Amino acid sequence: MKPFARLKNKGLPKCRRLIVRLPCLVVLAGLWLAPAFGQENTECLGCHSDKSLEGTRKGKKFSVFVDEKKFGQSMHASLTCVSCHADLAGKELPHAEDLQKVECGTCHSAEQELHTKSLHGKAIARGDALAPHCNDCHGEHNILSSKDQRSPISPLQIPFLCGKCHQEGSLVTAQRTIHQDHILENFSESIHGQGLLQKGLIVAPNCATCHTPHSILPHTDPASSIAKGNIARTCTKCHAQIEIVHRKVIRGELWEKQAHTLPACVDCHQPHKIRKVFYSQGMADKDCLRCHENPQLKSSKDGRSLTIRSEELGYSRHSKISCSQCHSEVSVSHLRPCETITKKVDCSSCHAELAQQYQVSTHGKMAAKNDPNAPTCKECHGTHLVLGKLSPNSATFATNIPILCAKCHREGQKAAARYTGSQHEIIEHYTESIHGKGLMKSGLTVTATCTSCHSAHSVLPKTDSLSSVNPKNVPQTCGRCHHGIQEQFEMSIHAVMVGKTDKPLPVCNDCHTAHTIRRADETGFKLQIMSQCGRCHEAIAKTYFDTYHGKVSQLGYTKTAKCYDCHGAHDILPISDSRSHLSRERVVGTCQKCHPGANRRFAGYLTHATHHDPEKYPFLFWTFWGMTSLLVGTFILGGVHTLLWLPRALQMQRQRRKESGQQNQGDKGENGNSGKT
Amino acid sequence: METAAKPESAHEEHGISLASTAEVGERQFLRFKRLNRILHIVMIVSFMSLALTGMTLKFAYTGWASFLSRLFGGYESAGYVHRLAAVAMIGIFIAHIVDVVRMKKRLYPSWRSLLLGPDSMLFNKKDLQDLIGNFKWFLGRGPRPEYGRWTYWEKFDYFAVFWGMAIIGSTGLMLWFPELFTMVFPGWFLNVATIIHSDEALLAVGFIFTVHFFNTHLRPEKFPMDIVVFTGRMPVDDLKDDKPLEYNMLVKEGMLEENLVEAYPPIVIRAIRLFGWTALCIGFSIVVWIIYAMLFAYQ
Repeated sequence: MKPFARLKNKGLPKCRRLIVRLPCLVVLAGLWLAPAFGQENTECLGCHSDKSLEGTRKGKKFSVFVDEKKFGQSMHASLTCVSCHADLAGKELPHAEDLQKVECGTCHSAEQELHTKSLHGKAIARGDALAPHCNDCHGEHNILSSKDQRSPISPLQIPFLCGKCHQEGSLVTAQRTIHQDHILENFSESIHGQGLLQKGLIVAPNCATCHTPHSILPHTDPASSIAKGNIARTCTKCHAQIEIVHRKVIRGELWEKQAHTLPACVDCHQPHKIRKVFYSQGMADKDCLRCHENPQLKSSKDGRSLTIRSEELGYSRHSKISCSQCHSEVSVSHLRPCETITKKVDCSSCHAELAQQYQVSTHGKMAAKNDPNAPTCKECHGTHLVLGKLSPNSATFATNIPILCAKCHREGQKAAARYTGSQHEIIEHYTESIHGKGLMKSGLTVTATCTSCHSAHSVLPKTDSLSSVNPKNVPQTCGRCHHGIQEQFEMSIHAVMVGKTDKPLPVCNDCHTAHTIRRADETGFKLQIMSQCGRCHEAIAKTYFDTYHGKVSQLGYTKTAKCYDCHGAHDILPISDSRSHLSRERVVGTCQKCHPGANRRFAGYLTHATHHDPEKYPFLFWTFWGMTSLLVGTFILGGVHTLLWLPRALQMQRQRRKESGQQNQGDKGENGNSGKT
Repeated sequence: METAAKPESAHEEHGISLASTAEVGERQFLRFKRLNRILHIVMIVSFMSLALTGMTLKFAYTGWASFLSRLFGGYESAGYVHRLAAVAMIGIFIAHIVDVVRMKKRLYPSWRSLLLGPDSMLFNKKDLQDLIGNFKWFLGRGPRPEYGRWTYWEKFDYFAVFWGMAIIGSTGLMLWFPELFTMVFPGWFLNVATIIHSDEALLAVGFIFTVHFFNTHLRPEKFPMDIVVFTGRMPVDDLKDDKPLEYNMLVKEGMLEENLVEAYPPIVIRAIRLFGWTALCIGFSIVVWIIYAMLFAYQ
């Protein structure tokens, strides 16, 4: 990007300032140099060396000053003015103001022809005001050789020259159809751009190297230097013996011969995009397998087997990637090219975006601290036998993910041991949850696994605002599968955008839990959900349990109205909202779901009535206390009556027993006193 | 009818229990006719069912309620039992009213003679005298009053049913048919009806299972129970002791002999006692449960 900062600030004003500050110097220098030119040029400069001289074209005034010094240094210094301004030859001076355009093709006929056929030339022919003419690239009176570093067409300047029109934000990119975007940014970061602009290698290709200076054509044009058939020829201008190192792709054959069947260079090495050299020239897998196919091959350091089973590589997703693309730093010239390897395989060379996600994740942060417990790419994806997540044999296949994560996150394992949050026995709970059952028992690979919610590479604790399981992001995370529910939820009073409150609002897992998610039509869930609502709506939930609905629910039956039967589950809205299930417009219909004969008065039943609130429900309050007084009064009367009666009755009983005993003694003797109650 | 007194009944025979032990071939006074006995048995069954099923809802927050609800086959099934028992209760009520009307036609020349006669269920001056006399007796300030055929506490229990039928029955119907009733009444009537229904039921249950149980069964002279309402028969001695006024009247009018019937055989008595014990146990269990729910689990 940096090299183009200049372009963005537009270099021109600086030059102008320079001109304004040194007018005298320029004029003096011009006069001194005057005799060097031919007679006619002196005549022209007699007027045109005047800095303030202005001409008029199409009603617009512009400077017709010619810098004699610069002209003297230009490629055309030896020419006379009228060589180019041919229509002025032999004309009397001062000449008419309306001159013809200079025709460069008079001398440069070959270039002129190429330009006319090119995209730029055709645009001029169409009358496109943005189309570049010769002077737009080469200048006018100050035309310099491309070898002169001051020239706009010198290799180092060309990207800026082309960039005037082809950088992002210019009129051309905005108003014309250019199929590539960020051309200059990409180029400047590409190996070519870095070579040219950062390392100053003027042999490094610039725009014109590939696109040609004048014959700029779209890649769809067979005559274009960047057409599929010609691209190899264009690239091999520099990369002359590239076929030799492209053994795998082109089997050492020439591109030019079979350009129609073989991939063109740009199919792999995108035209302007970032590229990194992550493979070494001339390395092919067979060079590696020469040693690594040996089943006895062992590391001299730790004795682990270094045998590569070529069939493993064949099954792998990387079967078309050469060894040296991952195991970089090899030196082809060495007998053992791998002996120069110092670093471990860096997957980010290709999987840059995923690696970036990984680096900010908890796993990545641990790995950055060299934590031995930190999982790296290979812990989940394996090494040589990398299988895609769509392969049932892959550890990252949907049904295998819980097993994979459980390796560390099962209770007692290394990740669970360091975890301090509230979720425990995650794996066991998940397995019993609706998601776990769907995945592991029903084998539904579309069911949510660990990574569906926690993401595969951006795994972060829920306290992190970037985490997919952060309360702020949970509706969106769940909504990836439960989209319809998310839509309902987002318009409900519980959504952050709707329920504008500083109190914490519930998200999916507050009611459904995180890992123990159950079927919403299960009895257990239905009963549990009421206490979930009650965690925030404490008072109102309590009053619900004073009503018939609440009492039946409390007994453990679900066939009665629960919170969500009336309020809705995800689309809860205040009753003042006409879309609410309990709004004036809809409440009768809501009652009718269970009570088909419900009418408007029926809907007046107080579903959250309590007899403890004399302000809100005076009728109920006074009825309750009336009934309670009656009850207490009756019991006091009955109780007093009973309690007074009891001792007297006992006394009477004792007396009777005595009498009866005496009687029995008289009658039957020894049996008399055996009677008792 | 009874052939020989068994060892356990020997205690009663020679002991204090005058209530139910039949002498061999003893003739007993017929206090309740068959219809009233049947009605009382049906009433017990229906009242117990209503109490048990209804309380499961009232005390839904206790484990007992859950257990009972499941025992009844779930709240829906319990609801059916509750409504069926309610219909039975209304049936008893209607049957009794019909019986009273027929009784008037058969035995009484006018409503006045029925309602204001000595055997009337209506409260009268004698009841007030008995109440005052009773309190005096309780406090040792006078003799035990001479009770007539129906004592004031029996009359109170009798009219409690009328009151309960009106209050609990009407609110119960409202709650049974809410859609029908709200065609006329506002919805919050149902809330009021719920409170009245449940609290009045609590009163009825509490009163029957404590005060009525004591007055009728648990007071020492009747302990552990008085089965006269099931057999309809009571020993003449008991009548003499418990309802002296009626006894004297019957003797005076020479009607006593007319009302004497043969006692039931012991097997019937045992069955009746078993039934009585069951009802008593359920009743006490409910009382214990209510006290537990109100004191320790109230929400």
